[in-house]
Amino acid sequence: MIDFALHNAWLIPLLPAIAFLLIFLVFRPLPKVSAFIGITAIFLSFVLAVHVGIGVIQAGDQFVEHPLKQVVTWFEMSGLKIEMGVQIDPTSAMMLFMVSLVALMVNIYSLGYMHGDQAFSRFYAFLALFAMSMLGLVIAPNLLQMFVFWELVGLCSYLLIGFWWHKYSAREAAKKAFITTRTGDFGLLLGILLLQINFGTLDLMTLGEMIPNFQEYTNLSVGGLTAIAAILFLGPIGKSGQFPLHVWLPDAMEGPTPVSALIHAATMVVAGVYLVGRSLILFQTVPGAMAFVAFMGGFTALFAATIAITQTEMKKILAYSTVSQLGYMMLALGAGSLTGGMFHLFTHAFFKSLMFLGAGSVLHAMNNDADIWKYGGLKKKMPITYWTFLIGCLAIAGIFPFAGFFSKDEILLVVKEASHGAQFAGLYTLLFWMATITAALTAFYMFRMFFICFHGEPRDKSFHPHEAPFSMAFPLVVLSIFSIFGGFIGAPWVEHGFGYYVRLGEYHHPSVDWAIIIVSTILALGSIFLAYWIYGKKAVSHEALAQKFAPLYKISFNKYYIDEIYLWLIHNVLDGLGRALWWFDITVVDGIINGIGNAAKILGSILRRVQTGKLQHYALVLFAGVVILVLIMSFADTSSASLSLLGGVR
Amino acid sequence: MIGLEHFLILSGTLFCIGLFGALAKRNAIAILMGLELMLNAVNINLVAFARYVTTGILTGHVFAIFVIAVAAAEVAVGLALIVAIYRDRISVNVDDFDWLKW
Repeated sequence: MIDFALHNAWLIPLLPAIAFLLIFLVFRPLPKVSAFIGITAIFLSFVLAVHVGIGVIQAGDQFVEHPLKQVVTWFEMSGLKIEMGVQIDPTSAMMLFMVSLVALMVNIYSLGYMHGDQAFSRFYAFLALFAMSMLGLVIAPNLLQMFVFWELVGLCSYLLIGFWWHKYSAREAAKKAFITTRTGDFGLLLGILLLQINFGTLDLMTLGEMIPNFQEYTNLSVGGLTAIAAILFLGPIGKSGQFPLHVWLPDAMEGPTPVSALIHAATMVVAGVYLVGRSLILFQTVPGAMAFVAFMGGFTALFAATIAITQTEMKKILAYSTVSQLGYMMLALGAGSLTGGMFHLFTHAFFKSLMFLGAGSVLHAMNNDADIWKYGGLKKKMPITYWTFLIGCLAIAGIFPFAGFFSKDEILLVVKEASHGAQFAGLYTLLFWMATITAALTAFYMFRMFFICFHGEPRDKSFHPHEAPFSMAFPLVVLSIFSIFGGFIGAPWVEHGFGYYVRLGEYHHPSVDWAIIIVSTILALGSIFLAYWIYGKKAVSHEALAQKFAPLYKISFNKYYIDEIYLWLIHNVLDGLGRALWWFDITVVDGIINGIGNAAKILGSILRRVQTGKLQHYALVLFAGVVILVLIMSFADTSSASLSLLGGVR
Repeated sequence: MIGLEHFLILSGTLFCIGLFGALAKRNAIAILMGLELMLNAVNINLVAFARYVTTGILTGHVFAIFVIAVAAAEVAVGLALIVAIYRDRISVNVDDFDWLKW
């Protein structure tokens, strides 16, 4: 079975694809059958993914240097050979496991959450299409295949954000997400083309061997390669919601909550991180690009965390938290640690999808009223949601022994190591402190939301919350188990842990830095206590605090006015430019074309007066012509060329 | 003694009268008559040249007979056209026949 799974990993994305076609073409009128097909397909994919994972672990670190690669030629012409296929190594096996597990959980959860929805079958069809695209992206052995599936997940994201298309806000959010990520994808495509032009291949393994010695293969300078890396990085900036293209991700919460959990927390948005991780050699070869990635990540982490503090909708808070955590992963990659980035990606997927599903459970109970200030006291009404959500919060806050603790400390550790490195030491030191502050902020805003929602007395008595049905509670429990124990695979006391498999270069046994552990734990606990002090015990009025720091509060509450700035830019700069170009088109380009036409018309209106229609005028002109010809022929030089032209004789 | 020059002067005069008639007359029938005069001036020319320049060769005569035949046909067509136009316009004044312009 393990051997079968390893050598037939192409089945993993194929099964959901078949499910998609079956649901969409055949079983659309039968919602129960559709759900059954969708869940069965993703379950089979999950089983295969588990066996692939076991196979990779059993093989030791043999797949790290020599991935299992199966390819078929997609198309070929001189100078260009594009393959499609499967590349199994620990990184992709880890992603296969994570994606299929979260997708399975979300599929099960949707049974309860989407119950009674008019487009129930369509929802399952799109979920299956998304699972196919994401799994195909994960196993891609070259950048072009990755790009194809990258766009497919973008399409699924668009379809699912706009799933309730009768809502204006959902339609707008879907368009915003698609256009914003496409902006970044333009850079990604350009970067891929530049790599193909310069290196003549897009195969990840071949590129991995060529890029470190790029001066042998190409005549690129270091600056040139840095530019390629930076352009390529635009794609991940858009897809993984990094500043300044993060604006679509909070709006994407207009989609159904299971979609937010699957696509906009656990899987699609980490595609950018995964892409950077896959092409990390490119970034590592040029330290400037590394510093760029690290800075964008670190800045986004802090930036989004400061916004999340003041938001008033559960899903918005979680969305900004996702942006912040994605920045964390980018920071780890930028510090040169594939292990750190991928480890946090792995654990984050579980606790963030857990929290999104928990938020969905709360929304379900509260008739989809999103304002957290109407909640309160949900602890008694929804015990399963309460406890699983608490686990998620503890995990993201980085409290021992929950999953986030290990991955977050790993990131802080690698950034600290990078700050002792030879290049950009100052920048990495700054980023280290930014990351530490972000960790504290994360714990604070998570527990702020937690205490407001679940503790105290119900603020709005008109709601009658109820616990989630079994189909929704089951995924919560499963994901919370992973959120508790998921971090152990990368714990320092494990001999061959996560870092042994998912790594780039030599294996370093994870070291223990007590200073980081103590500082981050104290900060997290302090932040939780502060959140409890303000929102749980209400010792200090949060309204008074907001009054006191009104300017800061307003900036954070309004998300740094980024959306407003974009709107202003679009309305003034872009529209202004458009108007200027429109004027140019209408007056200059059209002017020239119309001018040529008009000139011919005017000339014609003059010349046509020759045609009087009077027969005798024509006859007179004819006779005059004959007379002139005869005169010329009688006076002109008989040997001249003009005479023979006129038909004369010598 | 009457020589070639006399015939050429006669035909030239006749041609000019015909041309004037064709260009200046307003009546379509008169224009056709002008055309006939020009054709006959040419015929006189042809016969005169045949008599004085290429004596004994009948090419000029034959050509003149051809011109007479063609002229008869041309007048038949021309008159038919004029009759057809007259039925439409109740006019044979060529100033009214200006449909060929733009």
